[in-house]
Amino acid sequence: MSVLVDIGHRQGGFSLEAAFESSGRLTALFGPSGSGKTSLINAIAGLIRPERGLIAVDGRVLVDTKEGVFVPRHKRRIGMVFQDARLFPHLSVAANLRYGRWFTPAAERYGDIPAVVELLGIGHLLDRRPAKLSGGEKQRVAIGRALLASPKLLLMDEPLASLDEARKAEILPYIERLRDETKIPIVYVSHSVAEVARLASDVVVMAQGKVAAAGPTTEIMQRLDLLSHEERVEGGAVLDTRVLHHDERFGMTVLGSPAGEIRVPYLRAIVGQPVRVRIRARDVMIATEQPHGLSALNVLAGRVAAIEPGEGAAIEVRIDCNGVTVMARITRQSQHALSLVSGRDVFAVIKTVSFDQANMAAAPKEQFDA
Amino acid sequence: MNWLLDLSPDEWNAVRLSIKVATVAMLVSLPIGIAVALLLARGRFWGKTLLNGIVHLPLILPPVVTGYLLLLAFGRRGPAGAFFADYFGLVFSFRWTGAALACGVMGFPLMVRAIRLSIEAVDRKLEAAAGTLGASPLWVFATVTLPLILPGMIAGAILSFAKAMGEFGATITFVSNIPNETQTLPSAIYTFTQVPGGDEGALRLTLISIVISMAALIASEVLARRVGRRMDIE
Repeated sequence: MSVLVDIGHRQGGFSLEAAFESSGRLTALFGPSGSGKTSLINAIAGLIRPERGLIAVDGRVLVDTKEGVFVPRHKRRIGMVFQDARLFPHLSVAANLRYGRWFTPAAERYGDIPAVVELLGIGHLLDRRPAKLSGGEKQRVAIGRALLASPKLLLMDEPLASLDEARKAEILPYIERLRDETKIPIVYVSHSVAEVARLASDVVVMAQGKVAAAGPTTEIMQRLDLLSHEERVEGGAVLDTRVLHHDERFGMTVLGSPAGEIRVPYLRAIVGQPVRVRIRARDVMIATEQPHGLSALNVLAGRVAAIEPGEGAAIEVRIDCNGVTVMARITRQSQHALSLVSGRDVFAVIKTVSFDQANMAAAPKEQFDA
Repeated sequence: MNWLLDLSPDEWNAVRLSIKVATVAMLVSLPIGIAVALLLARGRFWGKTLLNGIVHLPLILPPVVTGYLLLLAFGRRGPAGAFFADYFGLVFSFRWTGAALACGVMGFPLMVRAIRLSIEAVDRKLEAAAGTLGASPLWVFATVTLPLILPGMIAGAILSFAKAMGEFGATITFVSNIPNETQTLPSAIYTFTQVPGGDEGALRLTLISIVISMAALIASEVLARRVGRRMDIE
């Protein structure tokens, strides 16, 4: 399964000139608002007609301006979840869910209504009208509605952006299940580092209508220079780990990674389950020798791979811990005092309590197994 | 009450005819009204302002002028009248069908206005969403647009019906005032007022036309509220 996009489009004063190809389980289109993410997926969905270019999903050409190919949106079989849900107000939740199914040839339908209802936990809403639902419930129904049209690709346009933190936390696990339990590839638009780090197997970074970078999430997330000023605070390394065991006595979970054991607050997960953690660069300290008498529980041995300029007084240090990168943000003064240079052996120190639930989630399966 | 319902056969005929004419005028102009409202709300074409003007003409012209124009166009020898008579066997002049045509034309701008407003209020993003779910443009219209403009359609239809119940000038100019054929309630009331001792009949028919119009309005309110509650658009 792959998505291939190479388009040029102008709209008012904005020009989009973007190309990417991805075969990931969940590809995030990441970038600040106005960077062209939404135009890009609108073009994939067939909601806008690009002036130039090629769009193909799984080898099927949907748009090829050179050949004059433009498949209308209703023949693309591409599901879309909008930021504003867009449920049909005149239909019940059940009828909304059935809507797309009706237009799908019986032979191409997959996933039945009870399974999707169960996956999204919307069984108690079926008889209600959309107007009576909360924002989070609406969004779950919208996801179900898109799924039941049996799409070959699912597009999600900032599905959490208009929700508060509690509602986001309510929906994120469902999107993770969607990613891991269905076979539909997802292209997910977001401007939130936390969401992308948690969900994506691959990231395409957009800036001013162009693709600034693209690649696997764990690689792209280390590129703190790609983040906007506001998001840079949240930036850091993404590690895919597995649960080794639980420490019942202290209420902790021990994760295994090539960099070594990482102790995090207790996680509801079974031993062996893949878990993705995001370690914010600002939460990482650097020691030049094995520290003693320190409260921080995670000390990872590594080597300085690169030192990159940060903002203001800060620099960002890329530490290679046995093949896994951990990012640390420290001051220029500390760099000077410790005489940090590339190639130097160091220890990355991370407090267990700096991991909160928002920074830990089930890892995308393929990503981990690969 | 007995006095009110003690109608002569001719009076009964006028009531029946009025309801028939208004109903036919409303039903026939509804699909055309929806099409024109769609064109005006969504279409981008040369001459849109002109079409809009023509649709609204019956609202601003004196009804007699509209009636006379209908007579010229749809009379037995008029171009449109001859066409319908030759190809469909449909004659308008001095028939109840002509009364329905006149009423339909007079109510048309009101109907189009109501439907057009409701079409413009439809969130086109919902239609885009329906498209991504596999619905072709025609299906999108049938399953999303049409249900969403239902309140506007009801309002437009009732306006057209009410206008038809009260239409006088264009009708009498176009198809005259023939009992049992083109004599609708207003024409009958007019006739009563022209003869000595007709006051009682005129009052009776006036009260009946008030009752019918009120009933239509209340019915549309109830209907619109029920549809509105069902939809509950936030």
